[in-house]
Amino acid sequence: MFEQLSDRLGAIFSRLAGRGRISEAEVDEAMREVRVALLEADVALPAAKAFVARIKEKAKGADVLASLTPAQTIVKIVHDELVELLGGAQARLQFSDAPPSVILMVGLQGSGKTTQVGKLGLRLKEQGRRSLLVAADVYRPAAVAQLQTLGKQTDLPVFERGQGDAVAIAREGVAEARRLGISTVIIDTAGRLQIDASLMDELVRLKAAVNPKEILFVADAMTGQEATTVARGFHEKLGITGIILTKMDGDTRGGAAFSIFHETGAPIKFIGTGEKLTALEAFHPDRLASRILGMGDVMSLIERTQSVYSEEQAKSLEQKLRKSQFTLDDFLEQMRQVRKMGSMTDLLKMIPGVSRALPKDFEIPEKELGKIEAIICSMTRAERRNPDILNGSRRKRIASGSGTLVSDVNKLVKQFEASKSMMKQFGGGGKRRPRLPMGLPQ
Amino acid sequence: MSWLTKIRDSFGKARESLSAVTAMGRAKRPITDEFWDEFEEALILADVGMPTIQKILDGLKTVQRQEAWKTSDQVVARFRKDVERFLVFEQSALALAPSPAIVLIVGVNGSGKTTTIGKLATRFRKAGKSVLLVAGDTFRAAAAEQLGIWAERSGAQLVRGAEGADPAAVVFDGVRAGIARNVDIILIDTAGRLQNKTNLMAELEKMRRVIEREAGAPPAETLLVLDGTTGQNALSQAKLFHAVAPISGVVITKLDSTAKGGVLIGVVDQLEVPIKLVGVGEKAEDLRDFDPLGFVSALFDA
Repeated sequence: MFEQLSDRLGAIFSRLAGRGRISEAEVDEAMREVRVALLEADVALPAAKAFVARIKEKAKGADVLASLTPAQTIVKIVHDELVELLGGAQARLQFSDAPPSVILMVGLQGSGKTTQVGKLGLRLKEQGRRSLLVAADVYRPAAVAQLQTLGKQTDLPVFERGQGDAVAIAREGVAEARRLGISTVIIDTAGRLQIDASLMDELVRLKAAVNPKEILFVADAMTGQEATTVARGFHEKLGITGIILTKMDGDTRGGAAFSIFHETGAPIKFIGTGEKLTALEAFHPDRLASRILGMGDVMSLIERTQSVYSEEQAKSLEQKLRKSQFTLDDFLEQMRQVRKMGSMTDLLKMIPGVSRALPKDFEIPEKELGKIEAIICSMTRAERRNPDILNGSRRKRIASGSGTLVSDVNKLVKQFEASKSMMKQFGGGGKRRPRLPMGLPQ
Repeated sequence: MSWLTKIRDSFGKARESLSAVTAMGRAKRPITDEFWDEFEEALILADVGMPTIQKILDGLKTVQRQEAWKTSDQVVARFRKDVERFLVFEQSALALAPSPAIVLIVGVNGSGKTTTIGKLATRFRKAGKSVLLVAGDTFRAAAAEQLGIWAERSGAQLVRGAEGADPAAVVFDGVRAGIARNVDIILIDTAGRLQNKTNLMAELEKMRRVIEREAGAPPAETLLVLDGTTGQNALSQAKLFHAVAPISGVVITKLDSTAKGGVLIGVVDQLEVPIKLVGVGEKAEDLRDFDPLGFVSALFDA
């Protein structure tokens, strides 16, 4: 996501970079281009205009022209303004003091409400909060069945009354949660247009009936200039408390994030980054700003790593690496852990500088990883511990067992040996360390 | 209600999208840089899309110099003609021959594919055709149930697989069944996929191959369903879907919610395929054939 916006801005700033002096006209020209880049990224016109005006003003105040590194000074100003434009600090989900805490999901058709109900339920469950999922979408065919399936997948209870009255269902759902002692209620509602008076009125009544702590506006990150109007419509009627931006894993330039926040002032709390139920991330304006400017997002990478690796695991791995006891079993274990963190391509792109260095459509073939897994699983324990014993007939057996070719097996063994010797170098505390490109001027 | 009002209603709010432009057409303003900036801004706000806007502006400015136009109404009149030329295609009705006519529906998540199929099924059944729905979305929870409800409502037949089954296998069964039962129309639903997911796009390509092999010809129609509120990303969707499953027509949904009909112009410019249907409401009859001249008239004749 945001790669194209980051490409455009990167190109604009790298042209300025390296110059000792920049004239005022050049700053103006760059800002005109920034405005077009933002508009191409679907940032709403009022938001884009306000953004460029603020940068210009700050640039003048900060004496960009007199600075020795004018381009970097501008990039820093743009970075800070982007953070502001995206809501400043990270906004957490609020819970009410007296349970159950009610979260209401609203938005247009097809924005991804039902899916996010499942994802949010799972996320809260992992944090030790159990939720009751309430099916108050009484219009879309099979919406209830969809929520029930999600309930099964996340092992969370679902409250439904078929196609009845949405307001009554929501009210009963909250009562049910109270009875069962469940701390959180997430209410799925039908998608609706902000101009549909009767359906909007239903939401107003639903809000009054259940008194939600959070009203989350679920919006498609691919939305264009219309984002402003839609967000305004929902905000005026309901007073939304937060935003979930979905489909951020597409190649959208994601300007809707700026537009919606600019319009409502409600913070973006989560972003949906994939079809898996675990693909819901907390939103960090500063990190996203860095990513937009192509400065990488090391914090998110570290967090994802921490979420799948415990400290002991890391220590025991380090021991093994040092003593060169790293086996194919460990290799398999490693690979599975890393895959739990999400798509390898996404992970790579969080490393500063990588996203711009990679070819445009670069993608790691996740299927290859599946192949490797199959090959290792088709080996005996002895073979995994000591790949040296893999003779021709063993390799043939492994290939047919895993549905691959002998050449695939050969390749894997070779790669494993190569990576082992590489790790030895790291483990031995070699002098060369990978150098990360510099980020912001401090 | 005059026919024009009817058309104007059917385009919902979309007709407001270029109202700023039409106002400039009436004003007879002198052509200044300021005018061009405002003109560009109006097109941006209508989500027309930067590449197309650039093309339109370059063209208009050249002609303006050549013809020595003095006032804004001349520019807008020409612009209207350009938009007409953009949107009008010879083959804009749905191609439903030979039977069974296979219609493959593709698009990103949440664009309205299943609902569009439901509405199409209703329309074809009312016209007395036999229809088979194929639930090629085996990924999203309860997608097949959703299609099943539409099949029941419209009186169409249904072929579905298990959740998580290989969609190409379901398509295979569906096409075979449709041919064996000699139905008139086979409507194939597919899972929503973001166009930058290579593996999912490869899956779509495979489904299309299966259809071509089993039916002996490519689908009669491959319709790309686009959400009318989508911005510039619509262009990327159009391009990348077209690359794996050549699109024969576009369906723009949720057009009643948006005042940004400009996306229509940008998409047609990018794809050079006609918009065939527009969705302007929840009811089955709210999926309408796209009438480009009516649309242009609704946009410009306030």
